[in-house]
Amino acid sequence: MSPTSELLTSSPSVVAVGAGMFADAVDAQGVPTSRVDWQPPMDGTAADLATVAADPLRAEANARAVAAVLAVQADLVDVVPAGELLGLGPSDFLHAGPPITWERASGPMRGALMGAAILEGLVDDADAAEALFASGTGYTLDPCHHHDAVGPMAGVVSASMWMFVLEDAASGRRTYCSLNEGLGKVLRYGAYGPEVIEKLRWMSGVLGPVLQSAVRATGRVDVTGVLAQMLQMGDEAHNRNRAGTLMLLRDVVPAMVTSGHDASDVADVVRFVGGNDHFFLNLAMPACKLALDAARGIEGSTMVVAMARNGTDFGIQVAGTGDEWFTGPAQVADGLFLGSYGPGDANPDIGDSAITETAGIGGFAMATAPAIVRLVGGSVPDALATTRRMAEITLAENPRWSIPVLEFMGAPTGIDVSKVCRTGILPQINTGMAGAVAGTGQVGAGLVTPPASIFPAALAALASRTRGRA
Amino acid sequence: MTHTHVELRSGAYADSVTLLQVSKQVAQTPGVDAAQVAMATELNLDTLATMGFDVPGTSPNDMVVALRLADGADLAIALAAVEQALADATRRPSDEGSTVAPPRTVGSALGRDGAATLALVSVPGEHAFVEAMDAVDAGRDVMVFSDNVPVEQEVALKQAAERAGVLVMGPDCGTALVDGLGLGFANAVRPGPVGIVAASGTGCQQLMTLLELAGVGVRAALGVGGRDLSSDVGGLSTRQALRLLDADPGTELVVVVSKPPAQEVADALVTFADDLSTPVRMALLGDGRPDLTAAAESVLAALGLPAPTWPRWDAPPSSGEVTGPLLRGLFVGGTLCDEAMLIAREQLGPIHSNIPLSPELAVDGTLDADGHVMVDFGDDTLTRGRAHPMIDPTLRDARLAEVAADPRVGVVLMDVVLGHGAEDDPAAGLAPAVRDAIATASADRRGLDVVVACVGTELDPQGLTRQAEALAAAGATVLASNAEATRLAVSLLPAAVTTGGAR
Repeated sequence: MSPTSELLTSSPSVVAVGAGMFADAVDAQGVPTSRVDWQPPMDGTAADLATVAADPLRAEANARAVAAVLAVQADLVDVVPAGELLGLGPSDFLHAGPPITWERASGPMRGALMGAAILEGLVDDADAAEALFASGTGYTLDPCHHHDAVGPMAGVVSASMWMFVLEDAASGRRTYCSLNEGLGKVLRYGAYGPEVIEKLRWMSGVLGPVLQSAVRATGRVDVTGVLAQMLQMGDEAHNRNRAGTLMLLRDVVPAMVTSGHDASDVADVVRFVGGNDHFFLNLAMPACKLALDAARGIEGSTMVVAMARNGTDFGIQVAGTGDEWFTGPAQVADGLFLGSYGPGDANPDIGDSAITETAGIGGFAMATAPAIVRLVGGSVPDALATTRRMAEITLAENPRWSIPVLEFMGAPTGIDVSKVCRTGILPQINTGMAGAVAGTGQVGAGLVTPPASIFPAALAALASRTRGRA
Repeated sequence: MTHTHVELRSGAYADSVTLLQVSKQVAQTPGVDAAQVAMATELNLDTLATMGFDVPGTSPNDMVVALRLADGADLAIALAAVEQALADATRRPSDEGSTVAPPRTVGSALGRDGAATLALVSVPGEHAFVEAMDAVDAGRDVMVFSDNVPVEQEVALKQAAERAGVLVMGPDCGTALVDGLGLGFANAVRPGPVGIVAASGTGCQQLMTLLELAGVGVRAALGVGGRDLSSDVGGLSTRQALRLLDADPGTELVVVVSKPPAQEVADALVTFADDLSTPVRMALLGDGRPDLTAAAESVLAALGLPAPTWPRWDAPPSSGEVTGPLLRGLFVGGTLCDEAMLIAREQLGPIHSNIPLSPELAVDGTLDADGHVMVDFGDDTLTRGRAHPMIDPTLRDARLAEVAADPRVGVVLMDVVLGHGAEDDPAAGLAPAVRDAIATASADRRGLDVVVACVGTELDPQGLTRQAEALAAAGATVLASNAEATRLAVSLLPAAVTTGGAR
């Protein structure tokens, strides 16, 4: 025994959960008492919660998972075409979220795949693209997450798209993400018209090569460090990436200018990146994935290592359950709509970008970006409450990602499946909304949560493994 | 007639999120078919064009207000709505909601309150283990009041606590005293040299109150849960509590108090205790073992103190002769009921009960039998859906009226437990009930003797003497020792009963 008990060595100070009369009696004796606002856990989870709580591996496994995630240093080291980087051929496509087939794919997912097939010259037009995918042969479809990658919204990646390469120097591990197209009618929101394809060709022909030269000449760009700074500048790194985008430019523009690329191309690139407030999102996402992947495969850990949506299903993966996806129906976000669009026009939740919330930023760092809370008509106190609420379901605070307005509290990091089931508090995700009809593009932005059912499902798998080991 | 209004406001700015909200609010104004208030960015100009608005030359720093109305006459109302929405969107937030929401788990509460040393868990039994494990994980001691915790979870919790070097008090633990703080049902006693480890709540309270009455204080009373000394649990928390008290310089002597334990567990415990440097006395109820009062007296002897005369408050002389041959025990304390049965059966033979000493003596739902009966109203089956009788004695008071009307009954033995957690003034309810019971018997020309074991101290919020005097004035004889009260009750039965044994 290492005696840590303080019963006989210090004055008592009490935390009470359950019937109020016991806490009242302690209060009445003048002893400090804090009370837990306890509520019954999610339906049907009591036995599994007890099994997992009794797992002798759990506490140490979660401590290791947290330490592994917090130790990762994500640097931008290169920009390379996906074909070269991931070995994709012209008919190989990656997508956001858990695995999905064309038959079950939503409008924006289909639209993005059709656009990518046109971009790769696999087909001449949208009709031919649709026919190709519907035929079920002659192409491959795989989640980004199965290739160390992430993609926002539809997250479709094809061979000629350029990707950021992020690396953790200590482990040599790498993650990848495509380049952000900006807002409006863009492939990731399911648009595939000529202007979409034209922009993608410019990104492959000009943006990618210019960025590659600049990054290679600049050397490693500390993305984890930029994230720490942008959180102190009003960005939550999911729906607001304004400061991060400008800091990226600050770091790479000198090398861009001296890169020898045509001056008007460099000007176009600077104008494009600087005019796209979301450009840094595609660096925040792979940085978060790089951190979370460090916790994969830790037996006994209840930490969520990925939350991802394909427009049809919302899926999570957990450190202690290998590569298994726990999926449920993706929800429609609650938020504000562009123009005449309304809730009926929105597709269910889509994209790998919830990797930011999984790592403790985005919706979890709402307090540092109060403007985002207005997406659902909230207030600044709501934003503060959201971040504090997320701390109820996470295993740790990230000391590098601190939030000034909450006295520099660290971003709540490492969603605990058990705590979600115990409290019924669902992770809050900030998101854009794609039109449900292929080709529409963005229709709004708002807040969304995962389907509640996937957490009890993941818990049941953790409990089953615990029993199997016993 | 449909009316379209497009207006540019140079130098006006709001962020896009705010303006989305403004647009939404304006669009909900009666008479407004469509509304878009936006900065004139390329994307927003596209959106405005899609909506059918024709926007003149702009710079991205202009704010565009575009409205489509069913009737041009409503324009002033719509523009007022725009102003209102812009004002609303930039309002100063009220302070409402700025208070921090309370923690939702024990783990969260301990994380927020670094000074907390102890968790108290009283959630429903099936959920108690998870909350208690939060405390163990955080290296904190935990007391679990909850009952109905599965025994395998109790074992897992206590094993984890042993590894973490902390103590689990409970589950189904009602009594503890640490650093003068009474937890659950606990009496107010002076600080002193005796450490108590208790697998029995009211047993612990009897011991600590008798020591207090004898002028000996208690260093700590650590409840370990009624099942701790069962074969399944094997005394995990009892050993842990003994380790803590053994390491504590303020503890000179330890007493372990329990209902009848599993024999092999008791044997192993004695061996374990022999290896400690602090002397340990066992007050384990059972056949041929000392009662709780005797255990208290042996503690006093070990400290070199004589046993006092335990306090007693006599009732005014009884109005009638006791003829009823049967004894009824009506208890709120399970261990006090156990102790009373163990003592009474030496004279009276078998005692029927809802917590019988042997299974064939179990009573049915009537709680009655043709013989002597003792009922524990604190037993789980009688507390379902209601508070413990130490807090709400309604059931027991009603039972007293019933047994008073039963001509077979000559003597009623009851307990009253004072201290933190118990009702504010038990005599206020019980004294009239005792008076009524005696009156009921008297009206039937019978004598009825009522004997009360009052477990409490003068330091308790209710005050021992105040309670005892009120009950004595109502006609009950009150004793501080449950064992002495039981012996008195037995002696008050008609002579033929005690000499011949009752069936």
